[in-house]
Amino acid sequence: MALYSEKVMDHFRNPRNVGKIDDADGVGEVGNAKCGDIMRMYIKVDDNGVITDCKFNTFGCGSAIATSSMATEMIIGKTVEEALDLSNKAVVEALDGLPVHKLHCSVLAEQAVRAAVKDYYDRRGISYDPELFKDMDEEELHHHVGLD
Amino acid sequence: MFVYADNAATTQVSKTALDAMLPYLTEIYGNPSSLYSFAQKATEALQEARETVAACLNADPREIYFTSGGSEADNQAIVSAARLGARKGKKHLISTKFEHHAVLHTLARLEKEGFEVTLLDVHEDGVVRLEDLEAAIREDTALVTIMFANNEIGTVQPIAEIGALCRARKIPFHTDAVQAAGHMAIDVKAMNIDMLSISGHKFHAPKGVGALYARKGMVLTNIIEGGAQERGKRAGTENVAGIVAMAAALKESCVHMEENTAKIIPMRDKLFAELSKIPHSKINGSLEHHVPGTVNMCFEGIEGESLLLMLDDAGICASSGSACTSGSLDPSHVLLAIGLPHEVAHGSLRLSIGEYNTMDQIDHIIATVPGIVQYLRNMSPVWDELQKGERPHLI
Repeated sequence: MALYSEKVMDHFRNPRNVGKIDDADGVGEVGNAKCGDIMRMYIKVDDNGVITDCKFNTFGCGSAIATSSMATEMIIGKTVEEALDLSNKAVVEALDGLPVHKLHCSVLAEQAVRAAVKDYYDRRGISYDPELFKDMDEEELHHHVGLD
Repeated sequence: MFVYADNAATTQVSKTALDAMLPYLTEIYGNPSSLYSFAQKATEALQEARETVAACLNADPREIYFTSGGSEADNQAIVSAARLGARKGKKHLISTKFEHHAVLHTLARLEKEGFEVTLLDVHEDGVVRLEDLEAAIREDTALVTIMFANNEIGTVQPIAEIGALCRARKIPFHTDAVQAAGHMAIDVKAMNIDMLSISGHKFHAPKGVGALYARKGMVLTNIIEGGAQERGKRAGTENVAGIVAMAAALKESCVHMEENTAKIIPMRDKLFAELSKIPHSKINGSLEHHVPGTVNMCFEGIEGESLLLMLDDAGICASSGSACTSGSLDPSHVLLAIGLPHEVAHGSLRLSIGEYNTMDQIDHIIATVPGIVQYLRNMSPVWDELQKGERPHLI
């Protein structure tokens, strides 16, 4: 299908790291069912702050599933700080691009990772600059990015 | 197996239509407006096509105006009635919430020009109520435009009753019959229809050709200005080959309507019966008032575009009213109009079948859809929450 790149279709057809982690160290969920996509990301973090495993559940379109899958691949083996640096742009580039009206899916994937890391910090009692996540709590986040 | 199950989007050109049109591309290519006898053959073909289309609708040939398709016909019908009404000080237009955008966007433009628009509710079953229409009619109502059959959910409206009511109140009545023509019997006289739009490619003619029926006495406003074609109401050299093909396809569809319907309905009903076995699924729209070939269902906890992509991999062409397939953040206005919550409307699937489909293909769809729905549900956090009781089931 010409709508998506081969890479996107590969990650849609064979999504990597689908599932849950029952004893996850951090779980992040973003999006909203009314808008048509929700991503939930689970991370397992070792004592050195390295993400050793990451799994996802996504309700959404082809690009929502593909960006979730790609994001999990990109953060496994990285430290949580490195994971926070994952940008939606990097996810899009790794997928050889997304149609313009699907770019919000990549933002959602970036946000899902950040939400999982925030949850990990909260659970471990690790202090952080609240500024780091100031864009996370907005109900309307999804709408704003969708309209960009 | 390849299964084309999107006949409400467009159809394959029939051999009858193709054979009818080919000579008008290569041999009889004259401009119908030219005087010489060579071109007059094209003029005659146009006239014959007009008579054929008119006969299929029980109209007079002089009441048929060929257009580029359903959208143009809808635009012209609505704008014409609005202009005519405005001259008499009538600036109120009535339609429904789930019309095609060719109707809704034309009404929205007129609204900006100062017309008042009332969009009738279509209730949970996707059928307009006569009493709602009656209550909406005003002294200054210039037009009632209500679709014959809905393109997404396939529900059929009480057209004859609406026509009778409008005629009694002397209000012009237009119907977008794009999804009905060639699939259901249409009689513009018996149904008291003043204007009606059809589109060739929905009944096995090529894309880019349609017609507007306008009852004698309806004053049409030009949408396209220029030459005197179509009795001065639609400029532009006629798409002779397309028009000839449309007439041939419509005639074929009307002649074989009963046997086509008898073939399609068991396939449609099998789809409804088998796909309804998927837990937390829902059939959209009344089954009592329904076109033969359209199946529209929702599956809770999944999103339509993913479903379509996976069906595509299985060789099945279908469509959905999810936001991701509409290119906006909102799911289909039709599904919202029948009261579906957003999250349910995102998980919609439309299968529209025709007489070219076979029961083997239906079985392939039935064998494929449940597994895909389950697969997508297994990776859906929404389904997870529904299963755990953290989110209430809506269907």
